[in-house]
Amino acid sequence: MSDKKAASNKSSKLQAYNRVGYLMVAPFVIVFLIFSVYPVFRTLQISFSTYKGFGPMKFVGFENYARVIKDKFFWTSLFNTLRIWIPNIILQLGLAFLLTMIFSDVKYRFRGLPFFRAVYYIPNIIAVTSIAFMFTTLLDWQHGSVNVGLHQMFPNYVPIDWLGKKETAPYVVSVISAWQWFGNSFIMLMAGVQGINRDYFEASAIDGANRWVQFAKITMPLLKPIFLYVSITSFIGGLQMFDMPFLMFGDTGAPFGSTMTMIMYLYKYGFVIKPKQVGYAGAIAYVLFILILIVSIIQFKLMNPKED
Amino acid sequence: MGAKVWKTFVYTIIYIAMIILAITCMIPLALTLVNATRTGAEISRSFTFVPGDALKENWDIVFNYFNLFLGFWNSLKLAVPVTILSGYFSTLTAFALAVYKFKGRDIIFYVIVVFMMIPGQLSLLGFYNLVFQLKMIDSYVPLIVPSIAASGTVFFLRQYFLSILPMSLLEAGRIDGAKEWYMFHRIAIPIVTPAIATMSIGAFIGSWNSYLMPMLLLNTPKKFPLPVMLSTLSASKDMAKNQGAKYLAVSISIIPVVIAFCFFSRYIISSISAGSVKE
Repeated sequence: MSDKKAASNKSSKLQAYNRVGYLMVAPFVIVFLIFSVYPVFRTLQISFSTYKGFGPMKFVGFENYARVIKDKFFWTSLFNTLRIWIPNIILQLGLAFLLTMIFSDVKYRFRGLPFFRAVYYIPNIIAVTSIAFMFTTLLDWQHGSVNVGLHQMFPNYVPIDWLGKKETAPYVVSVISAWQWFGNSFIMLMAGVQGINRDYFEASAIDGANRWVQFAKITMPLLKPIFLYVSITSFIGGLQMFDMPFLMFGDTGAPFGSTMTMIMYLYKYGFVIKPKQVGYAGAIAYVLFILILIVSIIQFKLMNPKED
Repeated sequence: MGAKVWKTFVYTIIYIAMIILAITCMIPLALTLVNATRTGAEISRSFTFVPGDALKENWDIVFNYFNLFLGFWNSLKLAVPVTILSGYFSTLTAFALAVYKFKGRDIIFYVIVVFMMIPGQLSLLGFYNLVFQLKMIDSYVPLIVPSIAASGTVFFLRQYFLSILPMSLLEAGRIDGAKEWYMFHRIAIPIVTPAIATMSIGAFIGSWNSYLMPMLLLNTPKKFPLPVMLSTLSASKDMAKNQGAKYLAVSISIIPVVIAFCFFSRYIISSISAGSVKE
């Protein structure tokens, strides 16, 4: 293999063939500009107007943004979203982390990883629509199998209206979401562990490190970037929660608006109410984006204090 | 000896916990399948895992209300083109970004990375507005064409090309007079086929399960893909009376996905793992 020859060949032809690159990226660039880049800027433009979904745009500066900041119900929807998201993420990442610890243990070496991983992942491949309808039917106050089953086991059980009470409804969404996503988080964390070089463990074992020390000093630090990645993506995903509460509780976020998430609130102004207030919905979208950005940066700084 | 007993004890406890967790994943699905064969009255009266004999009755109620198989067909009409387009064009774009040196290449790459981090809700209103202006509401085009620009897939495949495709192979091809497009189709694609398959499965599932966009953009019930069709279920009076039929509708939507998962689980799992180690 003669590197010299290849190199001289490269420079002499001055890479005329490189021009084909333009042609190859052209379809991507065109579609990307139209369907990905343009809509983001269009939303920004709309957010400074009183646009109703048709007709001309009247620009009003930061009026919509000022209104979002002062809108009590916007902050309520943020609170609702967090109330659903926090228990969800604790349960989801907690389970995933525990399972990762179990399957990466060097002493016990649990078997059956492919089996458990596949089974834990099954809820995640099913469409949210199906899951939402499945659980609304299962959790029905009077006819749902959950209450019927509990009553069968405990005759004194007074059926709880899981979906009709504002004290339970948001947490039902948290638990179902965690049920649906913990397998996904587990696979990601596990992929991180499997990417760790086995030599580290062997070398440290020779040095006399026990498995707790190994877990704390090798597994944890090497797992951190992936943990960060998983937690940031699930945070961004969690703040954008829409399908599940929307399908289970409708566009009013019943009961008593307790499941009205931020995207449902945006959806309400952008698509539901008549006449639409698309401009206001656009401002909600950008305020939400800024919130996500700030928290992601904080999250990143907290987990990577040295990187600066 | 004590240590051995302790070890067996730990093993047993943890395995039992993991099996219970596995059962928790399956129970709602199993219950849904069982309830699909029972009448609404039976379901509200008792809780059981023994199937009933009302499957035919429930089936008639479901298909009197809507044709779920049409929903399947519509979902396929969306998911298949999406998978093919995103697979081919992402590979092509990634190949060009990894192999050729041309002006603007790095800018394209950085823009892709930035847009991967922008949450979807920022484009939601603008996207709907664009489709409205293009008079493409109620058409499949805006649900299919954007898959040509799947930035996440391009990002992943570019990294994959950089790590696996030997540039010397392309140099050799050029010396032999091969055209660039020929090398893309005959050398590059075969080399990255496993990665394309992994990404394609993700694209297929994503399209198959998507709800918000088709719900917003489609008006004609005959065009609804499965998830959107299923979401109209609560409007049916017959189904409200007989929840067995509801369970059957949900079951019909779940079964094919679970069967497909049994065949493709390895690839699906590797596609998620790929997502986490792509850093």
